[in-house]
Amino acid sequence: MKLSEKAEEILEKLWIEVEEEGNVFTDMEQVPLTIEDPVYQELIDLALVEVKDGRVYLRPEGKDEGRKIVRRFRLAERLMMDVFNIRGEAAKEKACQFEHLLNEGVDTKVCTLLNHPSTSPHGKAIPPGECCLEAQRSGNLGVVPLTELKPNEEGEIAYIQTEDNKKMQKLMAMGVLPGNRIRLIQSFPSYIFSVGFSEFAIDTNMAREIFVRR
Amino acid sequence: MLNFRKRPSCIPAPDGSCNCCKKVALVGNPNVGKSVLFNALTGAYVTVSNYPGTSVEVARGTVLVNGIQCEVIDTPGMYSILPITEEERVAREILLHESPDVVIHVLDARNLERMLAMTLQLIEAGLPVILVVNIMDEAERMGLTLDLPLLQEKLGVPVIGASAAKKKGLPELREAIISYDHKRHAVFGYSKRLEADIFEIMALLSGSYTLSKKALALLLLQRDDEVVALVREKEGDGYPSIEEKVREKMFARRDSFHLELSMERKTVVKGLIDKVFHAPEQRKPVFGERLSRWAVQPLTGIPLLLIALYYGLYKFVGVFGAGTLVDFLEGTLFEGYFSPWITGLVTSIIPWEIIRELFIGEYGIITLGLRYAVGIILPIVTTFFLFFSVLEDSGYFPRLALLVDRLFKKIGLTGRAVIPMVLGFGCDTMATMVTRTLETVRERIIATVLLALAIPCSAQLGVILALLSKFPGALAVWSVCMVLIFLLVGLLASRVVPGESPMFYMELPPMRLPQLSNVLTKTYSRMQWYLLEILPLFILASFLLWLGKITNFFQTLIGWMKPVMALIGLPQETAIAFIFGFFRRDYGAAGLYDLQTQGILDARQLTVAAVTLTLFVPCIAQFLVMQRERGTKVSVAIALFVSILAFSCGYVLNEFLLITGIL
Repeated sequence: MKLSEKAEEILEKLWIEVEEEGNVFTDMEQVPLTIEDPVYQELIDLALVEVKDGRVYLRPEGKDEGRKIVRRFRLAERLMMDVFNIRGEAAKEKACQFEHLLNEGVDTKVCTLLNHPSTSPHGKAIPPGECCLEAQRSGNLGVVPLTELKPNEEGEIAYIQTEDNKKMQKLMAMGVLPGNRIRLIQSFPSYIFSVGFSEFAIDTNMAREIFVRR
Repeated sequence: MLNFRKRPSCIPAPDGSCNCCKKVALVGNPNVGKSVLFNALTGAYVTVSNYPGTSVEVARGTVLVNGIQCEVIDTPGMYSILPITEEERVAREILLHESPDVVIHVLDARNLERMLAMTLQLIEAGLPVILVVNIMDEAERMGLTLDLPLLQEKLGVPVIGASAAKKKGLPELREAIISYDHKRHAVFGYSKRLEADIFEIMALLSGSYTLSKKALALLLLQRDDEVVALVREKEGDGYPSIEEKVREKMFARRDSFHLELSMERKTVVKGLIDKVFHAPEQRKPVFGERLSRWAVQPLTGIPLLLIALYYGLYKFVGVFGAGTLVDFLEGTLFEGYFSPWITGLVTSIIPWEIIRELFIGEYGIITLGLRYAVGIILPIVTTFFLFFSVLEDSGYFPRLALLVDRLFKKIGLTGRAVIPMVLGFGCDTMATMVTRTLETVRERIIATVLLALAIPCSAQLGVILALLSKFPGALAVWSVCMVLIFLLVGLLASRVVPGESPMFYMELPPMRLPQLSNVLTKTYSRMQWYLLEILPLFILASFLLWLGKITNFFQTLIGWMKPVMALIGLPQETAIAFIFGFFRRDYGAAGLYDLQTQGILDARQLTVAAVTLTLFVPCIAQFLVMQRERGTKVSVAIALFVSILAFSCGYVLNEFLLITGIL
C-alpha cells in the first residue's frame, strides 16, 4: 500500500489527535479535508477513515497506518538531529520530506542505526517498531556509556565517541583504549574508574563518551 | 615560533648553562617519580610530591658520573610524545630542540602496560632511551612480578628496575648513562598500510631533525602544530608538497587516526609485556586504598575534609602558628630581647636621628620590616607549608579535586583548580604561578581573579584569624563574606570570560604515608623561596614607608584616603594598613593587628577593614607574577576590578552592619 504524501500527513495528524490528544474524532475543517479532495476518496477507498456528519474517525486499519507514519516522521527527526546535525525549523522541514522515504524496511534500518530511540528530539514517544521489540527481547544491553555502569561493575571498553580530538587523546593516554578492561569505582560526585592498576577521575561529560561492553 | 620560555625556577637551581659532556633528560608520565630520581641523581632539590603535574618548571642539575660531567634535566610529566597541555609542550620542547645524549624514560612498574606506549614512541623517534621501571618496591608488595632482562632484550635499550625513593637502582642507572650505546634499539612495525603511509611522507622530508623522520611523519599526521611549524621552517620550498601529502593521508584516515594508531601501539605493547608482566588474580585492599575510598565519597569525604581543615588549618596554622609561635617569636624574642638590644646598638653607632629612624623607627627596616617578616609572617607560613606538604604527599589533593569538581564547574573552573586555590591560602603569589597547570586560558584567568580577590594567603589569614577570634561574630561575618564573594565572582566570571568550557580528568595516585624527610625538605625549599621573595620586599616597603614619613608624603596620602576610609566607616589611621597592604597583603593585615592592639578599632570597623583588606589588591609580588603569567592588560584589569570591588564591598558591608546592628 503506497499512500500519497497528503494522505500520509492527514493520517499522521489524525493518529496524534486520537492517540496522544485523546479525541475520538476530528472535525473535517480542522483536518482540513473536503469531499472534493482526491485524498478523501483515497482514504475512504482504503478503509482507513470513516466520515460521519463532518466528523472524521480513524478506523483500526488507519490507526495502524498512522502509527507507522508517526514513527517514521519522528525517526526522521532524530536522524536530522543526531546524524546530520540539522536543528530547528530546517530540521522539521527536512524531516517532513524525509519521512516519506522511510518505508519498506528503510525505517528498520534507520531505527537500528539510531539504536532504537524511544523519544523524538521534542520529547514525544516514538512508537516502537518490530525491530525495537526484537532488540528488547534479545535482552542484550550491549554497549553502554560508562555512566550506566554500577559502581564496582566491570566491562570491556568498546569504543570512545567524541568529536574532540584532544579529549580522545587524553582518554587514550589514560589507557582508555578499546579492548582494555575498565572498572567503575564511583559515580558521584565525579566518575572514578580503574584501568590496569591506575585510577582516574573524570567528569560526567567525559564518562558519557566512553562506551563499555558489559 | 614555539611558545617555550625558560621560566625562572621557584627554587634556585644550579646554573643551567654548562659545558658538560652529556645531557640527560628525564621524561615520563606525571607522578612516576621523575623528580625523586632527579634529586637522587644530582643531589639537588626540586619539589617532589604525590600529585600529578607538580613540576611545571624545568629543573636542571649537574652531576659527576664516574668522572664524566652530566647535565640532568627534569621535565614536567607527559603522557605521550604528542603534547596536549602546556606542561607537556614544555617537556617535548626539550626532546625536540636540546638533543639530549640520553633520554631516561621513567615509568611506574605497576602500569607498565599503559606507559610502555610512550617508550615505543621515544624509541621510534630515534631518541637514546634508557627505560627506568620505577616504584618496583610497591609493585612487588602488590605481588606483581616483572622480568626486566626479558623486556630489555625485547626493547633493545637498557631497562633498569628502580625504587628511586629508596635509592635502589641508582648505581645501575649511572653505569647505563655512561656506557650508553646509541645504536642499539629494537624497531617496531605497524600494519602494512600505516607503514606505507608513513614511508610516503618520510620520503618527502629532507631536512635534518633531532627526531626521526618516522616520528615526525606520525606527528604530522596527528596535526601537531609545533611539528608542522618546524617542518615548514626546515623544508622551505618542499613544504607545500609535504602538506599536500599529509592532507591526503589525513583525509583518507579522517575517521579515527588517533585511535587506530593507539590500537596499533597497544598491539605492540601487548607483545612486549607478554611473559614480562605477571599480576596476581586477587589482591587485598591496603589501608591507603580504604582511606582513598573514604576521601572520595561525599558522605565521608566532606567530614574528612573538615577534620583536615580544622586540625591542619585552624589548630595547627591558626592557633599554633599564628598564636603560640608568633607570641613567642614576635612577643618574647623580638620585643623582649632583640628590639631593645638592636635599638641600643643602632642608637650608639648612628648619631643622626633620621638614619636611626630608617632602622629602628616606627617603620624601620628592623623594627618593622624584619619584625613582620620573621616574627609574624615566617611562623605562619612555615606551619602552613608543613600542613600543605603533608596533604600533598599523602595524595589527598587529587581526591579533593574530584570532590569539588561539580562545584568548581559552576564557577568556570574544574576540580584541577583546587591545587592553586588551596596553595593560595599559603601564598597567592606561588598559587598564581601554579595556575599555569590549568588547561584553558579561561580557567587560568578565572583562577587568577579569584586568587587576587577572595583567597587570603596564610600570613594574612593567620593575622586575620588572630584579630577576629576575639569577636566570633566578626569572624563569621568575614567568612561568609569571603565565601559569598568567591562564589559570586566565580559565577559571574564563568559567564563573562569567553572560552571553551573545561573538562576534568585526573589520575589518582595511591594514598601514601608522607615521608617526614620529604615533607621537611619540601617545606624548607618553599620557605627558602618565600623568604627570598618577600624579605627584599619587606625591606623595600620599610624604606619607602620611612621615605614617605620623613617627606610627609604619607600624611598627604593618608589625607587623600581619608574620604574613602570615611565612606566605609573606618578611622583614618586605617589608611596606613591599606598602604601597607599595597606592599604585601599580609603586611597590611599585620598593620591592622597593630591598630587593634592600640584599641582604635571596634568590632564592626575591624570586620569591615578585614574584609576590605582581604579583597584589596594583591601584594606587589603577586601583581608581578600575574603580569608575567597573564600579560599586562589582563593583570591591570584584574587589579582595578579587585580594588574597586574591595572598597564597594567594604562600603556595602559597613552600611549593612550599621543598619542591622549585628556587630
